[in-house]
Amino acid sequence: MNLLRWIWSDRRSPPRATAAVARERLTVLLAHEGMRRDESDLLSRLQAGIMAAIQRQVAVQPGQVQVEIHRGPSVTTLAIEIEIPA
Amino acid sequence: MTAKILVMTSGKGGVGKTTSTAALGAALARSGKSVAVVDFDVGLRNLDLVMGAERRVVFDLVQVVQGTAKLSQAMIRDKRLETLWLLAASLTHDKDALTADGVAKVIGELREKFDWVICDSPAGIDRGAVLAMRHADVAVLVVNPEVSSVRDSDRVIGLLDSKTEKAERGEAMEKHLLITRYDPARAGKGEMLTINDVRDILAVPLLGVVPESRDVLRASNSGAPVTLGYPAGAAARAYDDAMRRLAGEDVPVTVPTDATPLLGKLFKRKAA
Repeated sequence: MNLLRWIWSDRRSPPRATAAVARERLTVLLAHEGMRRDESDLLSRLQAGIMAAIQRQVAVQPGQVQVEIHRGPSVTTLAIEIEIPA
Repeated sequence: MTAKILVMTSGKGGVGKTTSTAALGAALARSGKSVAVVDFDVGLRNLDLVMGAERRVVFDLVQVVQGTAKLSQAMIRDKRLETLWLLAASLTHDKDALTADGVAKVIGELREKFDWVICDSPAGIDRGAVLAMRHADVAVLVVNPEVSSVRDSDRVIGLLDSKTEKAERGEAMEKHLLITRYDPARAGKGEMLTINDVRDILAVPLLGVVPESRDVLRASNSGAPVTLGYPAGAAARAYDDAMRRLAGEDVPVTVPTDATPLLGKLFKRKAA
């Protein structure tokens, strides 16, 4: 019986635990996507904080403060552009 | 009476939100609680069908939200359990027919009348899904042990933590994981993510594990929540346990199994 089963079973490739592959792919992916989510949270908090600081001195509208993050391989830069009305 | 508002959500479609809403709603109602199950899937309603009430829908959620029907006119009482009520979604309107203020008002009214309100979310992460989760006190994430479902659930966790009233008040949303269509044999062979894999990746505590079961299709075929249609089966027992944990009981998480038929057992022994 065991011999029969051995003959019928698929011996082309060793049994591969695909669940382990799934787990690894998901862990990497969700860590990355979570980072992007945190980044957009950080951006909106920065934008609100900067707006509040500037508005104490100058009258600016929310759209006049742009905050961007550029993530490079070794350096991350934060660009803040503020339009101050003349 | 102040109801707990629960949202059944997932991001991905077809994972078992509606089945779970009906099953948990019926289990809670049978335990003596008054329960309203609310279908938020406007345009693609199905909770009425799974509950076996499709021929009794006269008014729906959209009409109540828009003020053309009263809540009391639109609530449909279950024929099997007198404390179980359904508020159906609309067939004809699209999901933009729901307004944020209108939904807030309806949920506010339901909160006064029931012990539990279960909101069956539409699939996706857009407006309809956000409206369904908006007023929730507790969220149940329905997940299949499969990569796309897990990823979508992670996105939904992000929404629950940012777009809900609770999140906006700075409170933590209470979240629970309900793993459905789980196959212990395949997980054992390494062909399917295990319960611990899914729980660890999403970092949400486990409410229950519903095994893949023939009862689920049989029950929906005949218009009964699986907890009422096949109460002795593995799926129903899993939902009953999940319901007791939701209600605050300390029940250890197990994966119920259906008894192997005698013939199957004999064959298994022979083959071994």
